[in-house]
Formats: sequence, C-alpha cells, structure tokens
Amino acid sequence: MPTVRIPPVLRPRTGGESEVTAEGETVGEVLRALADAHPETRDQLFASDGELNRYVNVYLNDEDVRVLDGLDTSASADDTVVIVPAMAGGG
Amino acid sequence: MATAADTIEQVKARIEEVTPAEARGEIERGEVVLLDTRELTEWNESHLEGATLVPPVEVVERADEVAPDAGQRVLIYCASGNRSARAADALQNLGYENVASVAGGIKAWEAEGHPVVAASGLTPEQRMRYSRHTLLSEVGVEGQAKLLESKVLLLGAGGLGSPAALYLAAAGIGTIGLVDDDLVDESNLQRQVIHNTARLGAAKTESARQTIELLNPDVDVVEHRTRLDSANVLELLEPYDIIVDGADNFPTRYLLNDASVRLRKPVVSASILGFEGQISTFAPYEGPCYRCLYPTPPPPELAPSCGAAGVLGVMAGVMGLLQANEVIKLAAGIGEPLVGRLLLYDSLSTRFTELKVRRDPECPICGEHAEEIPASEMGKFPDYEAFCAGQPVAA
Repeated sequence: MPTVRIPPVLRPRTGGESEVTAEGETVGEVLRALADAHPETRDQLFASDGELNRYVNVYLNDEDVRVLDGLDTSASADDTVVIVPAMAGGG
Repeated sequence: MATAADTIEQVKARIEEVTPAEARGEIERGEVVLLDTRELTEWNESHLEGATLVPPVEVVERADEVAPDAGQRVLIYCASGNRSARAADALQNLGYENVASVAGGIKAWEAEGHPVVAASGLTPEQRMRYSRHTLLSEVGVEGQAKLLESKVLLLGAGGLGSPAALYLAAAGIGTIGLVDDDLVDESNLQRQVIHNTARLGAAKTESARQTIELLNPDVDVVEHRTRLDSANVLELLEPYDIIVDGADNFPTRYLLNDASVRLRKPVVSASILGFEGQISTFAPYEGPCYRCLYPTPPPPELAPSCGAAGVLGVMAGVMGLLQANEVIKLAAGIGEPLVGRLLLYDSLSTRFTELKVRRDPECPICGEHAEEIPASEMGKFPDYEAFCAGQPVAA
C-alpha cells in the first residue's frame, strides 16, 4: 500500500500518526481511503466538489500531482504521497 | 647531491630559514631580492610588496633574470615555506650564496600581521577575518568581495532572522537591512539568539544592530522599524539585492512575493512550526514564485502561528541558517540555489525531503498570462488580509 506523509497540522486528525498507509491505485483513492480512516481530515483535503482544496499541495514522491494527472495520478505500493501545507511561521 | 626525492626536512636542513619578522626587517632595510614562488592564482589573492613572482617550475631557468648577482641576498617565500625551501635549495645548487626561505610562508607572514598587497580591495584586516572563506576556491577573494558589496534585506529579526542575520554578518554581507517593529520579549530568547536578556524591551532592530556591530564592523546595518505593507514595500525592497523572508503571517508573505516579482528580486523563503520547517528560493521568472507553490493561503485552523502552536528553538537556527546559506550562494554566484525545489525538514525524525516546484503557467503574478504592470500601478497591491481570510479581493 502507498504511504501517506501527514503534515503536523493534520496529525491531530490522524490520532497523531505522521505516516499512514492507505489502499488505492490512484492518489485520489489513497487520499479518500485516508479520509475514510480518519474522517476529520476529509474537509481539510477535499473541497465540496470532491477536488483537492487549492491550499493543499499533494506530491507523489517528489512531484506535484498538479503537473501529473491530479487525483487520477496512479500510485503504486512503494510510492509515497506527501501532503504539504503552506506554513507562515517565522519563529 | 640534492634530488627532488629528498624529504622537505632534508632540504630545510641544507638551507637558511628566516622568520617573517626577520624577513620584514631585511626587506625594509632594502637590498634584498624578494621572490614569490607560488602560482599566479595564489599571487593574485595576495602577495608581498616588492616581490617578483617566479612559479616553482621557473625558478632555475629564470634565476639569472631575477637575481643576476649570485652573491646577492635573496629571500624566497611561498604559501607555507616548503616550495620556497626547495627553491632556495635549487638556487644554492646554482651557486647562489646568500639565499633564505621565509619559514611558514605568506600564511605565517599574514598571521603575524605583516602587510600584504591584497586583491580586490580587501584590507589586511578583512583578509584575516575572511581567510577561511578566501581559502575556498569557490569563494576566493573575488567571492568575498561580492559578499561585501551585497545588500540583503531580512524580513523579521525574530526566529529565522536572528541566526540568518548573525551568520550573514559574520560572513561579511556588506549591508544588512532589518524589517521588524517588535520589541524583544522573554519568550523570544529560547530561539532568537541575536537578542539577549539585557535587551528585553528593546526594539528588535536595535538589539540586532548592536549584536551585529560587535560581531563585524564591516557590516552596515539599516534598521527599518516598521511592518511591511502595501504602501512601503517597493521602497523598502528597492535598495536590496536579496530578500530573506522570515515573516510570521501569510498576508506579508503574499505581499512580499508580488512585490519581489515586480522588482525581480530573489527571495529566500522559509517557515517553521513545531518540529518542521520549509525552505525554497524564489528567483522571479527563473523559477516558480511563492504563488506558483501556494496559490491560495490555507484557512487559519490549518496555519497556526508559532506563538499559538509552539516551535522547537533550534528549528529557527536550522532553517535560518539554510536561508543564510542560500543568500551566500546567490550573492557569490556559486552552487545551486534552491530554485524550483522545496526542502522540508522534520527535526523529530531528522529527515529532509526535497520536492519539485514548477512555474505555474496560470500564475496570476509570474505566469504566461500575468498582466504587465504599468508603472502607475507598480505600488498598488490587493488587500492581502482579505485575500488570506478567504474573502473576494479586487485586484
């Protein structure tokens, strides 16, 4: 199963997990499986039309899925889906 | 019989060595032929006044030319005293009777504070101060001179700005501008290492200026005790070559991005929260801009501040110094800046992750269809507070 890297701001919604595995053959399926397992992440990841929220960056390994096939990008068992939120902390 | 296979100890046992101080005395009294037996690149970095450059392979064939009288006093130096010892040995074999090598070479000479002729206008003090930089072939005297000419604006003299400013000052960035309107607070000192306990209540720009001036008098510190806003952003950025973004809020980050793209100035942008940090370098039109990476700011619940959520103090140091590293590369024109790359650092797992960032052809600021901004509109920006609050914005 692909691995999903959870950013710190979403970890309270995944029971503190920083990495989870989720079933799916596309990035969209993997993220929907994540949202099924941790329902509180759903609103953060997906807009009401089922697309990714514009402020959520999702990478398949090191490539932005926006330049691949978006949620239809295929994901295999050894792939990592990385969720990256913008952060503004200057410390 | 001397051979090239003799050890340097054997060679030095056969010749006369003088200390830099003794050599200086002889040079100042005159009547000395002073030879520098190094390579041209080393000579160009610095050499002794009145010396003649004779690279090691040329010593024997040019002896007659540079010292026609074999009875004349000849002093030879190189970088550390080995090549000059072999050259002195070679001259003795040619019949020169009064040759000496300067022990420790020009390094010992400079370390003892004797004067040199330095390239690119570095003073003797600067040559000493930045010697660990100039020894690096990638930097050299030329690169150090570029750093000294650079003007860098730091947005925020807080967590990221503190370590960045300290190391940029130490590195000899000639002008460091600091934008911050905050005062030093006790809760800052766990990570904002440019400030200290004695300066609680002082303006951060003033506190940072004091620390920088104690560290390096070469640096011209410019205090901008204000917040970046639409009215002052172009004027603040204009005099600087490189911007370091350590702002603590999204409206400022979007404003800075839009203004820096208009002015075509590179921004080294980092952010930290908890145990995590992000950094990228945005070089307008060469690579993506901040909006290509993050077209829309997240809702507030997904973007807590360090003040609300906490931050490991060393995260400011790690990410602030990665920013300083980017600045130095940009200023000296070396290496590969983080253009088109987003570097994530997770300190709990000690893991770096590098992601690709592409220019977005649809980017409203730097994309293919981004409108050319007429001069009359240059200073006009949308309402970033409203934009970041998710409200419709009239551009």
